Amino acid sequence: MSPSRTRFALLAPAMVILFFAAAGPLVIVLVYSFLIPGDYGGVVWDFSTDAWFGVVAERDFFTDQLSWADAHLSVFWRSIKLSLMTSVLSLVIGFPTAYFIATRPKGSRDVWMLLIMIPFWTNLLIRTFAIMELIRNEGTINTVLIAMGLVTQPIQMLYTEFSMLVGMTYVYLPLMILPIYASMERLDFSLVEAGYDLYATRWQVLRRVIFPLVKPGVVAGSILVFVPCLGAYVTPRVLGGGKQLMLGNLIELQFGQLRNWPLGAALSLTLLVIVMIALIFYVRAAGNEGNAHG
Amino acid sequence: MAKSFDVRRQPGFTAIAMLCFVLLYLPILLLVAYSFNAGQSISQWEGLSLRWYASAWQNDQIQSATILSVTIAVTAAFLATSVAVLAALATTRVKPWRGQTVAFAMINQPLMVPEIVTAVSLLIFFAMIKVATGYTGLWYLIIAHTAFCIPFAYMPIRARLQGMNLSLEQAGADLYGTPVKVFRYITLPQLWPGILAGGMLSFVISLDDVVITEFVKSAGQDTLPTYMLGQLRRNITPEINAISTALLAISILMVTAMFFFSRTRK
Repeated sequence: MSPSRTRFALLAPAMVILFFAAAGPLVIVLVYSFLIPGDYGGVVWDFSTDAWFGVVAERDFFTDQLSWADAHLSVFWRSIKLSLMTSVLSLVIGFPTAYFIATRPKGSRDVWMLLIMIPFWTNLLIRTFAIMELIRNEGTINTVLIAMGLVTQPIQMLYTEFSMLVGMTYVYLPLMILPIYASMERLDFSLVEAGYDLYATRWQVLRRVIFPLVKPGVVAGSILVFVPCLGAYVTPRVLGGGKQLMLGNLIELQFGQLRNWPLGAALSLTLLVIVMIALIFYVRAAGNEGNAHG
Repeated sequence: MAKSFDVRRQPGFTAIAMLCFVLLYLPILLLVAYSFNAGQSISQWEGLSLRWYASAWQNDQIQSATILSVTIAVTAAFLATSVAVLAALATTRVKPWRGQTVAFAMINQPLMVPEIVTAVSLLIFFAMIKVATGYTGLWYLIIAHTAFCIPFAYMPIRARLQGMNLSLEQAGADLYGTPVKVFRYITLPQLWPGILAGGMLSFVISLDDVVITEFVKSAGQDTLPTYMLGQLRRNITPEINAISTALLAISILMVTAMFFFSRTRK
């Protein structure tokens, strides 16, 4: 067999599976987003752009007047706001942690990183449960607070945006630490020393020397946290309790209770486009990273 | 400045890092602790007991969910690893070829597309097939899991392959070894650690999946994670903690094993 035919034969099984169970179905989603919803879920095969209008606008049932779809826009806003907040909070915790690990002796760095990665490779649902059990009204934090006499009524933390922020930060934090650590590990500390020799304070060294050098890692980490937050489904469902919807939950709702598959398809593709734009920035950041370090 | 000046120190960073480690592990440790609680509560300690493990063990729904989870994870991990080995052979240690970018994009696609979008697209696609064929069996879940496991199986295998020298294979071919024999006796034994790592990673990823399973499963096809998600609406007992602890133990064992595995190799 010629090399190219061998290559084709070797790649074929993986490509067939990926085509039928990953890439191909996305095309069907695109088609569905231009159809009309069926009465009991599914679709009617008539062309329509209503679903795409429905992403941001709604038509009044009686007067036929167009207006902004406030319910959807508020979900978009919450998704973007919480994803940004999660990225920032993860950065605030993750940056010093990555720095701490990168400044350990060489042999023990791997072990510290393992400690970061172990929670990451464990079940996301279980980690979300763990947070839920902590912050429920009958949960550990409230039980302790009441026992100490600090509060008489449990503080409602579950099913709020706060609980979603805490949960997503908890779940995605390792994605922030990993790329920052990768940049920091290669940081040349003689540059830091040079900064001190030039009478820089610790803060100046951090801001003017360390931060610029690890900036690609910071950008990469922020995007790596932002992207899965935007499409999060499990964490907002468990910790938002169906009251505080994020995009993933809104999409599910269209395929479940609301039976509007075309709108669900259009919302899915909207999410996909936003994620792809973020990933393009990520690839750029990762590319710069490679250049900066030769 | 009396004390020696450490250029690496940044005030407060160590404290934040320590806090970070505590915060990462405290919720998990509490969850594990309450799985051994004698009482009904998941936040009030009433003594040590294994009753929730016993009750989970005897629960029919949990039993069938466990069997289903393991069946899917083993099959999907096997399939994903097998096709990933072949794909890695075609894309590693070869001259760049046209279409390589497309192949990489296809393999990494499950990592880039949000899970909820894949889940929805599979829901639509499989619904069409279900209507057309009437088949509602397990293979929808297995194929879906295989697809998103492929990049996880592919990565360690490719990494291992890249570190391998082609000269041994060339020597084998010079000695009239057929491509199959060269692969069987030269490539495969060297590739084995990568294959094992890819397989274990796939197994863990499949075992933990919630979103895609939740959308693809037919009635009565609950895996452990979807069963747990379904229990949310009811009163939560430490039984959930017991299942979680078991799943955590499997994941942690596998990840740690992989860590030491890849370490001793160097």
